[in-house]
Amino acid sequence: MKVVKGLWYSKDHEWVRLDGNKAYIGITDHAQLSLGDVVFVELPEMGTVLQADDVLGVVESVKAASDVYTPISGTVVEVNEELSAHPEKLNEDPYESWIAVLEPDDPSKIEELMDDAEYEKFCAEEA
Amino acid sequence: MKRTPLYEKHRELGGKMIAFGGWELPVQYTGILEEHRQVRTAAGLFDVSHMGEILVRGKDSERFLQKMLTNNISGVKDHRVVYSPMCYPDGGVVDDLLVYKYSDREYFVVVNAGNTDKSFDWLRQNLEGETTIENVSSNYAQLALQGPKSGQILQKCTDFPIEEIQFFHFIPDTEICGKKAIVSKTGYTGEEGFEIYMKVEDATVVWDGLMLAGREEGLVPAGLGARDTLRFEAALPLYGQEISEDISPLEAGLEKFVKLGKEDFIGKDALLQQQNQGVKRKLTGFEMLDRGVPRSHYEVHANGKKIGFVTSGSFSPSLNKNLGLALLDVDYQKEGTTIDIIIRNKVLKAKTVKIPFYTKKYKA
Repeated sequence: MKVVKGLWYSKDHEWVRLDGNKAYIGITDHAQLSLGDVVFVELPEMGTVLQADDVLGVVESVKAASDVYTPISGTVVEVNEELSAHPEKLNEDPYESWIAVLEPDDPSKIEELMDDAEYEKFCAEEA
Repeated sequence: MKRTPLYEKHRELGGKMIAFGGWELPVQYTGILEEHRQVRTAAGLFDVSHMGEILVRGKDSERFLQKMLTNNISGVKDHRVVYSPMCYPDGGVVDDLLVYKYSDREYFVVVNAGNTDKSFDWLRQNLEGETTIENVSSNYAQLALQGPKSGQILQKCTDFPIEEIQFFHFIPDTEICGKKAIVSKTGYTGEEGFEIYMKVEDATVVWDGLMLAGREEGLVPAGLGARDTLRFEAALPLYGQEISEDISPLEAGLEKFVKLGKEDFIGKDALLQQQNQGVKRKLTGFEMLDRGVPRSHYEVHANGKKIGFVTSGSFSPSLNKNLGLALLDVDYQKEGTTIDIIIRNKVLKAKTVKIPFYTKKYKA
């Protein structure tokens, strides 16, 4: 299982990358491994205002549909349309395949999430 | 939770284990899509040891099974396999099963894992004449070798001329990888293939022997996930989804396996009535027009009113589309009818299509 430095992680296995006033959100390698082959991604609507832990989108594997939650509060300012045509990107390269970009209400809140070392430990304990 | 004799093997192969019908089995090894495609183009090996086996013996066996099953087994030749639903008096389905005929006094009946005890009890309660039944499930392991290369692979493991086994026939006593086995040309994938029954203690030898024999042909271990997508594309019913205690075989489109012309059998009156009055709902295939994956139990609407529900739905790896099977009000089953599938409170368009979605193109 791969974990990337410099990203922030949630207990629901989402990652967040902060770039200026943009928070890129995706699912972790651990998440894509446990989902299996992803065949469908439902993206949020642009402009949606979300609170932390709200449903950001839905990822469907061959077997089942799983909600993806936003680890932070904010407004959806970009969605990764490429995933509509190529949902398998979430399996192939989970840390480059962001699902949506949020403009965070409070960027400093991101530091309340786990860093890579904490997330690695979290996954080890969960297993 | 029960484990098959191949449990350790699945773990070694990286199988992701899940619970199914009271058994711990691999849902996938490398990935459902890859395993699915490999079965369609080469071959896959499935551990289906969870399936139940019941022996029916005695001079009244045929008469007894004729009473229990909707299909006709009278006049069937020895060493043939017959598929049949088994119904309650109201036409609901107890189970769907395969009947292997040794003779008119001995049958080997294969039932669904989750239904083994229920089916055995139902048979026992209705036993009559000089007939005995025995649940022999724990004596047998079962492997399914499926795919266009399956015959070629199996031939390397036996002296028996494999090409002589016809569809839905079986060889009662042969050797596979040096172990005694029953081999039938049957399967649950819509692909050419074989099902092999052997003693529990012989399962690992046969599994290893087949995997080794199939190396050149691209044989892969395949899990329950691929088994489900493969059977779904071929529109083969899954008990609990397309058929159940609440869905009759006529509603599920299995009329071919319901012989209303034969003498009395359990469920005949109810099914005859359904046939005469016409069923109100019928299993129908559909293809999503809007983006979305249909799943079991999602509602199906037309003009804002509920007209049925999805029994099975999935992304179809062979056809690269999102497809579903639904039990629909008969007014909507005509091919090309536009229907709405309710997915997470959204109304998404689909259209009805012919089933099976996938049909094997056999060599001429």
